[in-house]
Amino acid sequence: MVSENLSAFFYLIASICFILALRSLSSPQTARTGNVYGIAGMVVAVVTTLLTPHVVSFWLIVLGILIGGAIGTYIALRIHMTALPQLVAAFHSLVGLAAVCVAAAAFSAPAEFGIGIPGAIERASLVEMSIGMAIGAVTFTGSIVAFAKLQGLVSGRPLSFSGQHVLNAGLGVLLVVLIVVFVAAEAAATFWLILLVSLALGLLLILPIGGADMPVVISMLNSYSGWAACGIGFTLSNSLLIITGALVGSSGAILSYIMCKGMNRSIVNVILGGFGTEGGVIAAGAGTGDRSVKSGSAEDAAFILKNAGSVIVVPGYGMAVAQAQHALREMADQLKKEGVKVRYAIHPVAGRMPGHMNVLLAEANVPYDEVFELDEINRDFPSTDVAFVIGANDVTNPAAKTDPSSPIYGMPILDVERAKTVLFVKRSMASGYAGVENELFYRNNTMMLFGDAKKMCEEIVKAME
Amino acid sequence: MADPASLAERARELAGEAGTFAQNLEALAQQLAAQAPPAAGGTTFVFELTIFVLAVFVGYHVVWRVTPALHSPLMSVTNAISSVIIVGALIAAGPYGLSFAKFAGFVAVTLAAVNIFGGFIVTQRMLQMFQKKK
Repeated sequence: MVSENLSAFFYLIASICFILALRSLSSPQTARTGNVYGIAGMVVAVVTTLLTPHVVSFWLIVLGILIGGAIGTYIALRIHMTALPQLVAAFHSLVGLAAVCVAAAAFSAPAEFGIGIPGAIERASLVEMSIGMAIGAVTFTGSIVAFAKLQGLVSGRPLSFSGQHVLNAGLGVLLVVLIVVFVAAEAAATFWLILLVSLALGLLLILPIGGADMPVVISMLNSYSGWAACGIGFTLSNSLLIITGALVGSSGAILSYIMCKGMNRSIVNVILGGFGTEGGVIAAGAGTGDRSVKSGSAEDAAFILKNAGSVIVVPGYGMAVAQAQHALREMADQLKKEGVKVRYAIHPVAGRMPGHMNVLLAEANVPYDEVFELDEINRDFPSTDVAFVIGANDVTNPAAKTDPSSPIYGMPILDVERAKTVLFVKRSMASGYAGVENELFYRNNTMMLFGDAKKMCEEIVKAME
Repeated sequence: MADPASLAERARELAGEAGTFAQNLEALAQQLAAQAPPAAGGTTFVFELTIFVLAVFVGYHVVWRVTPALHSPLMSVTNAISSVIIVGALIAAGPYGLSFAKFAGFVAVTLAAVNIFGGFIVTQRMLQMFQKKK
């Protein structure tokens, strides 16, 4: 058994471990040590709690950890890196549900947590408990919707209906009223009503958001899961939970901000949803019919690439869908053998979660010092021979700079059109998620390579040999 | 060697760093100001709020330094550590006998365990890929 003071001290150590875990992600060299800090912090936290006088019966706990640990390990070892976004979404939902469970437990057995007795729980704890549970519930259902969209179980298209925002606002107000009533009367019925309303709210909040806004949604849910942990931390007066929740919450918030900036949209705009058509019909652009597109074969592409001095590869979500990262790296290796300088340019919102492309390229053994962010590489396009766009579209659309009427106007884009030649690997002429046509396709220095991204890369490699 | 452009670049970097330091100082000053009240008999809530606000500051400064290339591992590791909520679940599942609270605690322990193991392992897998090639 450890005393209150001693356990608080160990919780502090765990908090510091978590801070160091995040701190070490500032560079790939230190990052792996960071994960060890994170694991150490978690072990300290769990062991300390098990040694407190509150915990006397262990069999159910051991059972839970065994079951959960086995499932978690199995999933984590088997998951493909391309499925990372939906995995993270699923994991967020678990944190949300766990927060709901802990809040429910605290409400039904407050004495265990030292916050009063049933029927006479401290006011402050009631407020914190209900808020923590509400955020947890929103995280839970919201993440499930995000998971279903990313996994393709439901359409990635925004699902909206009239009166949606009014309904959401109404539910939000209702939630606040319920929390006030709950704190005043401490009725169990109100408690469960808060849970129901929050669950519904989570569902309705994420449904109208389109598939391509998922980087923001995942970051946002990441943030929520942190705030939920915080809410529970306040309820239990546990500094470790408060600190960790705040770290995670601010991390998710910053990522959401970065993602929004990458799309030049406000967070409110994203949450209100309804943006994008998910590769649907081309928006009625000016005179689409009379312009011609130059398309080429893998042999043409191989010839152009081989004779280039420098190539910048611009990967996008399409590369992830086609699982083309390995074939792409082979192509790059072949080019490097020919003496071509190959680099990669990553747009902040490429893919379905922050840093998605970097992970996929790393998986394909692309050295991270060949991979650059938008700001680092954008000025190099004019001096580059070939921009090889694979599975990206909207993030290269010059309309974002020139056409104030375009839905993506103002979004920072990769200036691929400044390269001498632009090669576009695409399945068809369909527009990107924003539903805007990309005028780049019709430029003289653009060559379209129609086909599956993976096959195209493999054919180019063959043609070069 | 020292062309004006790179000098200007460096100067801008230095100015940026100075700005960060100023911000850190400000944060520290606020910490000190916020720490005073509990000592003078503040409530538990104010004390917790202090911890919370400071932790948000720490999180803010630490996360902005994370390189964009590692944003996915950042997300999965924060996901794993947010499962520290297991602490609350352990307390709920800890007492003798069977009750609703104990059952809810058990469910929460299981869910959090999935996350802890899953989150850290997937992060490790990702980070293992980020290696410099010869």
